[in-house]
Amino acid sequence: MDTDSHNGDRPRSPLLEIKGLTKRFPGVTALNAVDLSLAPAEIHALVGENGAGKSTLIKLLCGSYIPDAGEMRFCGAPYTPQSPLDALEAGIRVVYQEFNLLPYLSVAENLLFDCLPRRYGLLLDYRTLHKRASALLKQVGLDVDPHISVERLGIAQRQLLEIGKALSSASRLLILDEPTATLTLREIRRLFEIIRDVRASGVTVIFVSHHLNEIFDLCDTVTVLRNGRRIASLPVAATNSQEIVHLMVGHELEAALAGGRTVEEPSRGPAAIRVQDLRFRGNAHGIAFALPYGEILGIAGLVGSGRTEMLRAIFGADRRDGGEIYRDEQRVLFDHPRAAVRHGVCLLTENRKEEGLVLPMAVRVNVTLTDLARISRAGLLNGGTEKALAQNWVAELDMRIASLEQAALDLSGGNQQKLVIAKWLFRNAEVLMLDEPTRGIDVGAKAEIHELLRRLASAGKAILVVSSEIPELVALCDRILVLWRGRFAGELRRDEFNEARILSLACGESMAGGNISFRGGTKGRSDE
Amino acid sequence: MSESDRPGEGQPTETPVVAEAEAKAREPRFAFLQRVLREAGIGIALLLMIVIFSSFARHFTDESNITNILTQVTINLIMATGMTFVILIGGIDLSVGSVLAFAAMVAGVVLKSEALPVPAAITLAVLTSIAVGMACGFMNGFIASFWGVPSFIVTLGMLNVARGAALEVTNARTLFEFPNEFNAFGTATLLGIPAIFLVALMLVLLGWAVLTRTVFGRLIYAIGNNEEAVRLSGHNTFFYKVSAFVISGLTVGIGAIIYMSRLTIASPILGSGFELNAIAAVIIGGTSLNGGRGSLVGTFLGAGLIGVLADGLILMGVGDFVRQMITGGVIILAVIIDSYRARFAERTR
Repeated sequence: MDTDSHNGDRPRSPLLEIKGLTKRFPGVTALNAVDLSLAPAEIHALVGENGAGKSTLIKLLCGSYIPDAGEMRFCGAPYTPQSPLDALEAGIRVVYQEFNLLPYLSVAENLLFDCLPRRYGLLLDYRTLHKRASALLKQVGLDVDPHISVERLGIAQRQLLEIGKALSSASRLLILDEPTATLTLREIRRLFEIIRDVRASGVTVIFVSHHLNEIFDLCDTVTVLRNGRRIASLPVAATNSQEIVHLMVGHELEAALAGGRTVEEPSRGPAAIRVQDLRFRGNAHGIAFALPYGEILGIAGLVGSGRTEMLRAIFGADRRDGGEIYRDEQRVLFDHPRAAVRHGVCLLTENRKEEGLVLPMAVRVNVTLTDLARISRAGLLNGGTEKALAQNWVAELDMRIASLEQAALDLSGGNQQKLVIAKWLFRNAEVLMLDEPTRGIDVGAKAEIHELLRRLASAGKAILVVSSEIPELVALCDRILVLWRGRFAGELRRDEFNEARILSLACGESMAGGNISFRGGTKGRSDE
Repeated sequence: MSESDRPGEGQPTETPVVAEAEAKAREPRFAFLQRVLREAGIGIALLLMIVIFSSFARHFTDESNITNILTQVTINLIMATGMTFVILIGGIDLSVGSVLAFAAMVAGVVLKSEALPVPAAITLAVLTSIAVGMACGFMNGFIASFWGVPSFIVTLGMLNVARGAALEVTNARTLFEFPNEFNAFGTATLLGIPAIFLVALMLVLLGWAVLTRTVFGRLIYAIGNNEEAVRLSGHNTFFYKVSAFVISGLTVGIGAIIYMSRLTIASPILGSGFELNAIAAVIIGGTSLNGGRGSLVGTFLGAGLIGVLADGLILMGVGDFVRQMITGGVIILAVIIDSYRARFAERTR
């Protein structure tokens, strides 16, 4: 499958050349004799399922890992980084998915932390610092005051800040590890412009993403990894997304992803949960909706539209300002998560690592955490029952784990998400509220999660899904509600689904039919 | 449930491994070794120390000296048992020494009450001591959890409050001449083992069972690892956090009674510095100060190590001051070893 034949259209010598790069860990070869060549000033996409070896490759490039075999040449000279410092000196910069920002320092200090301008060798030169910081902020199109502390920035702004930081010193290779995962469409467009500017200035960019459409928008070349091997490197112009997905997973998945729900419209039975005049976070407009059993209801909206806040307010994880919640048409209070859980309502938060799982503890412990009464008698745990029940759910959800005793930390993103679902199914949750259920999950696992949610809906569960990915909602849901600044801007049924329409509603443009209008002077938080 | 308490269970046996997922889904190779090492390490250190002192310190293996060590270890072991619960949820209790003095003074007043027959006075004194300990623990836990104040600060305050209260009870006078039945317990032995040590041992066993075999213990560990995830799973984390401090208070109350019966006095200056010994036993025993990792088996061995070290050094003629320096050094060493252990775990992941 290797296609190196297109090297003809790259006249210049490669910036980075990798030959036979191998990295082994106890029990697994994470990277297996990978060859790769990066041209100067190209945007090179790196794709592959979780565990394909992308992170390992990046860590080898930036000196976090030492390879077991193989060689690298950077700018024509042998390149053997022993530590991240070597990589920095060579001009290789990495922006990781997890930010490395110091929240209590100012934007300017964070931007130039690696090379703070000094006066007399000791004192911080704030004048130069802020001047250079402003220039960098302008370069990445981030309109914030360099004096404010980073804790006041949103996720998207932090992402841009990280990129600005990477550009603060001369770099020849910029590695972006899933930079778009947390960004909205508009921010992504701006990010792409910045990346193109970076390329124009002669820097090579490695771009890791799970979103294939982004690769076709942005990249020049794409390399597919699978199980630690390089499967192919292709010019983007000469391939298409079906081919790449095919190379990534080795089996057909497109149908599963694009198929949508094939079941007939679910009967509009009694509402599993109904919300009236729900107000939260100082939002003056109440929210109302009803979710019947067997339905998958999608919530679309930009970052900051109040999607996450709405779910947390219903679940009782955060304070509500007002409103009524009915469960099976019975008024419930849900003033803390315990009450919601007791009524069979659960929330799968967007941060499964921070809020969904007890990462250092065993899979078994995580599954049974929601309902310890089921595996105990008079407060005493029954290890046998626990194992058997946990094992049931592991098998039911087809989780790939080595052992029930394995720490949740060691699972891949897709399996972690399944684990979070498993723990709520263990509790017999009837209403599942999922916040970004497939964020940071590879294509294959994503399809499995979708399939699982459809199966659960068919089994009568009421499911509420928040997602930044409109195609995901379109493929998955029976009905979509669009949030805009803390209230509903519109509702679409399955036969009305239309990506462009959902997007324009989410951006605050009224519905094509004009039956919803927006009064001006909205009080509330700014959305960006 | 503490993984460390069940070495060997983590081997992949039951679950079929899906071949293509092997890359991510694997038990860290040295997991078994790590689990054994966590407690075996401190156990080996304790054994080594016993071997060394047996050969170099005269009278170390004498029956009277062994009894002495067990007696010395008892109080620390009792307090460290409660401390383990607090540290497992990621807290700390600096007030245990002062609360011990306060509980002892209140119990001492009850004990000396002329109005009560001796058996009733003793029973009531035990109950009061425990009640005072638990009340102080409740206040620590409630304030720390309700207002989200670091327990370090709250219990530092309680350290002063309880010490002042202890002095206030009798206006700083020491109480003595307790009933003989009460004083006898402090020196009683069963099959040659000090009775008070057996009480401590029972508390450790009970605590161990609670931590490893009950829903309560499971949630203590889970909260120590990720409180927010436990809260969002529908549990009352506030209850468990306060409970950990109440358990610490409970062990302090029991410790106060036992200490009184051994010394046959109750003084408001009792127990100063005990908090550091208890914390040292827990930390040397491998429990992480960040919470969520560790076990009472480790605490037991840690308290034993501190006791044996102190006793052996005395027998070898090492002075008080140098002994204190050595004990401090051991605590620092334990923390360094723990940090290496964490790094080792990281690397083999």
